[in-house]
Amino acid sequence: MRFQLAEDQRALRDGVREVLARCFGPEALRAAVDDPGRLDRALWRELGAAGFFALRLPEARGGVGLGLPEAVLAFEEAGRALLPGPLVATHLAAGDVPGAATGEAVVTAVGNGLVEWLTEADVVQGDAAGAVPLRAVDPLTPLHRVPVGAPVSPLAVLLTAAEQLGSATRTCELAVQHARVREQFGQPIGAFQAVKHLCAEMLVRTETARAAVYAAAVTAEPADIDTARLLADEAAVRGARDCLQVHGGMGFTWEFELHLHLKRAWLRTHRAGPATESEDRLAAELLTESA
Amino acid sequence: MDLAYTPEEEEFRARLREWLGRALPSLPPKPSPDDWPGRRAYDLGWQRRLYDAGYADVHWGASPTVRLIFLEETEKAGAPYVGANFVGLLHAGPTIAAEGTAGQRDRWLPPILRGDEVWCQGFSEPDAGSDLAALRTRARRDGDDYVVSGSKIWTSHAEVADWCELLVRTDPEAPKHRGISWLAMPMDAPGITVRPLRTLAGSAEFAEVFLDEVRVPVANRVGDENDGWRVTMVTLSFERGTAFVGEVVACRRVLRELAGEARKNGRWDDPALRRRLGRLNAEFRALWRLTQWNVSEAEMSGGVPGVGGSVFKLRYSHARQELYDAAADVLGPESLDLDRPWVLDRLSSLSYTIAAGTSQIQRNIVAERILGLPKGR
Ligand SMILES: Cc1cc2nc3c(=O)[nH]c(=O)nc-3n(C[C@H](O)[C@H](O)[C@H](O)COP(=O)(O)OP(=O)(O)OC[C@H]3O[C@@H](n4cnc5c(N)ncnc54)[C@H](O)[C@@H]3O)c2cc1C
Repeated sequence: MRFQLAEDQRALRDGVREVLARCFGPEALRAAVDDPGRLDRALWRELGAAGFFALRLPEARGGVGLGLPEAVLAFEEAGRALLPGPLVATHLAAGDVPGAATGEAVVTAVGNGLVEWLTEADVVQGDAAGAVPLRAVDPLTPLHRVPVGAPVSPLAVLLTAAEQLGSATRTCELAVQHARVREQFGQPIGAFQAVKHLCAEMLVRTETARAAVYAAAVTAEPADIDTARLLADEAAVRGARDCLQVHGGMGFTWEFELHLHLKRAWLRTHRAGPATESEDRLAAELLTESA
Repeated sequence: MDLAYTPEEEEFRARLREWLGRALPSLPPKPSPDDWPGRRAYDLGWQRRLYDAGYADVHWGASPTVRLIFLEETEKAGAPYVGANFVGLLHAGPTIAAEGTAGQRDRWLPPILRGDEVWCQGFSEPDAGSDLAALRTRARRDGDDYVVSGSKIWTSHAEVADWCELLVRTDPEAPKHRGISWLAMPMDAPGITVRPLRTLAGSAEFAEVFLDEVRVPVANRVGDENDGWRVTMVTLSFERGTAFVGEVVACRRVLRELAGEARKNGRWDDPALRRRLGRLNAEFRALWRLTQWNVSEAEMSGGVPGVGGSVFKLRYSHARQELYDAAADVLGPESLDLDRPWVLDRLSSLSYTIAAGTSQIQRNIVAERILGLPKGR
């Protein structure tokens, strides 16, 4: 059992992080927030060229030929960078929808009562009839409500959990960085236990979620995916809130990227349907032999 | 990144399973919780069986993964837990193996493995709990002996122990972390008085230990004089790093039993309770994955378990309390009956956020040693 990142997986993660830093750094993020609702096609093609969408497509079909664990690492980085767009739907459509693998086509899918990026997408999977736009809380994700939702695939749930994990990792990092340098009462606030313990709990939630998400990537089993989803949602949402608290007034500003993490984390908690459904399935699993 | 075991590991698992299947049916009946000599004999007897079958040194002789498999399988089979052998097998043994001289290893390790001797841990004192380095028990050098005076508290299994891993102050002038030494003290030495303390669960699980001019040979010191704090950190890393693996497996079994009980008594129809059990299933599944993650890390770095153990201990100790609180809700009014299953476990789970370093202390460790936040004043 080597339940740790392998050398090439580490390299892949670092590589994706570099690509994202180059094509979607802090300025690009700001620009996207200032001009919301528009999907950056050049960025999409760049992601396609980097293999983001074709990651799991067999080499024989023009893909990168990697597996679910690698996709999870890439989506974790996407979550960390707050990369906008219907990433999961387009990634899952690679190989089925022409142009999805290369980033030529933007694919979205009808989900649980909502569709992301409906008007910017080239291809919509599922029935979006009667879709009504709403003023989305996340400035970087245009949303429509749909009268008839569609079930969300377990892979989409897992990749979403990976994004949540990335976001939780990032907000923990931001909180710790701030707590080390911001001084009040003549010392860094990170020396105060109330702050220190918030940060410690952020790490504990993140690392527990990480183990759950990576394990689900290895097994792809439904109960592992439900577990990953619940733990990663918790890590992302509570992590963002605690990060806000650690930043004080600055945490409450539009300028600081934190609110974008919180809002996207909220949005992602809805992708897989109500959390109670995951809980119900995991409860039912307790009555089976395999639990 | 994988979760597969090697053929050798699977073979170990199969052999162990087969042996457990043969060994467990002939186990003597479990003594009552208050029968201390009985519990000692039972726990040592089980250790002796493990020794004879070649499994005794799995706690510090085997690879972390093999140890994980051992704990998983013994727990799944319902085999006895380490019990009174806890300190010997999980703290003192590994510490002596890592820090002791060849002579010390020969003297103390085989009896632990054979199930001949029980150890206890004399670290905490009335005025030195979380602030362990504030300990005051004095050891004055007199010829080839230390003469030890002071008192220890919360010493688990002190009543039935043969040896105590004892922390003493050998240099009262030195800064508080510097003047400490780690001694192996025979519990039958003159001058030792053990006074049992009753826990909130009703039994005498731990004790006060009074030390009045107790002579301990200098040769019983593990590590250098005044270097005991470093040795202690080695001990604590074992305590926090790997001690709870079997328990996670046990918690997952309890959770399944709870679901079954809720189905039987109708409380399963309460969606809120059902979902709480579902969430606990996620929690313990994740904790098991975290265990596998930590074990793999230890396996690959080949060393003493790292501070990652604090991350696990923090999450686990709270999850365990939530588990038994959920059990109480499954039981309803029966949760007030001490003869029902899970009720005593609920009481003892209350110690998990205190013993082996409180949650607050673990958070300090995570924040300062993993996240690099500044130390408080
Ligand atoms: C069941 C059980 C078995 C035990 N077995 C043993 C044993 O075999 N051998 C042994 O040596 N010890 C044993 N202990 C002792 C255990 O290690 C101590 O109880 C523990 O370390 C806490 O110390 P304390 O009880 O003195 O509490 P204190 O240190 O007085 O703590 C009281 C409260 O103050 C908080 N606190 C203290 N310092 C800080 C700080 N710096 N920051 C924030 N909060 C703080 C604590 O978190 C706690 O909430 C056992 C304890 C229990 C409950």
